[in-house]
Amino acid sequence: MDTLTREPTRRFALAAGALAFAAAAIAPRLAFAKPSDVEAEFAKLLGGKKPSDGRIKLDLPAIAENGLVVPLGVDIDSPMTDADHVKAVHVFADGNPQPGVVSFYFTPQCGKAAASTRIRLAQTQNIVALVEMSNGSFFTASQEVKVTIGGCGG
Amino acid sequence: MSTRPTPRVRLPATAKAGEMIEIKSLISHEMESGQRRDAQGANIPRKIIKGFRATFNGKEVFRADWHPAISANPYQSFFVKATESGEFEFTWSDDDGSNYVAKNKITVA
Repeated sequence: MDTLTREPTRRFALAAGALAFAAAAIAPRLAFAKPSDVEAEFAKLLGGKKPSDGRIKLDLPAIAENGLVVPLGVDIDSPMTDADHVKAVHVFADGNPQPGVVSFYFTPQCGKAAASTRIRLAQTQNIVALVEMSNGSFFTASQEVKVTIGGCGG
Repeated sequence: MSTRPTPRVRLPATAKAGEMIEIKSLISHEMESGQRRDAQGANIPRKIIKGFRATFNGKEVFRADWHPAISANPYQSFFVKATESGEFEFTWSDDDGSNYVAKNKITVA
């Protein structure tokens, strides 16, 4: 009985040691953005305004097997007329070396406020989007993407 | 280092007036993020395409600012409402100052 209980503890200690070593090896090379960096970027764009939730649909996989190529799509509910359209969408990632990912700028000529591209994600993190409407209002949405293999470093 | 980036754009050659068309584009580019290191541990300098712009008959219809988080060989798709015949011009702006341009004509019936 005694040996049975000791066995998993020793195994755990070994695993923990290996993890700590791996973390120490990676940590000095990469400085990642923090959720507060994304908030700082938001504050710059918002200029004191409060964003509301909704109107934007983020098209992202729940689990990305390869962080180097993660499909990203945005689709915003808007009539896209001269009087009422989406001006821009800014996308941020809170766990990449830099928070900025992409900004799309739309015009009423687009007819539909939707765009897609492919992005790199260094680790499992939240993708946050901020939509800027022509009337000055803002909308936001976020989604977590679990990354199996990070798309950073080499 | 590598050959000059080749842009590829796909959009319909003809469309009905008022029809929503999807434009898909791809350009070959390494999009070096500036985060990687070479075998000697030296930083590989950043070199990405930082901007994409689409104009129709000289007027901007769509623009995107790309950060190092955009994958290599960047893909971009977006929509445009077809109103009249004309020419699209797509411009990719590189960190090194060069521009890569592609042009496509569309006939609206």
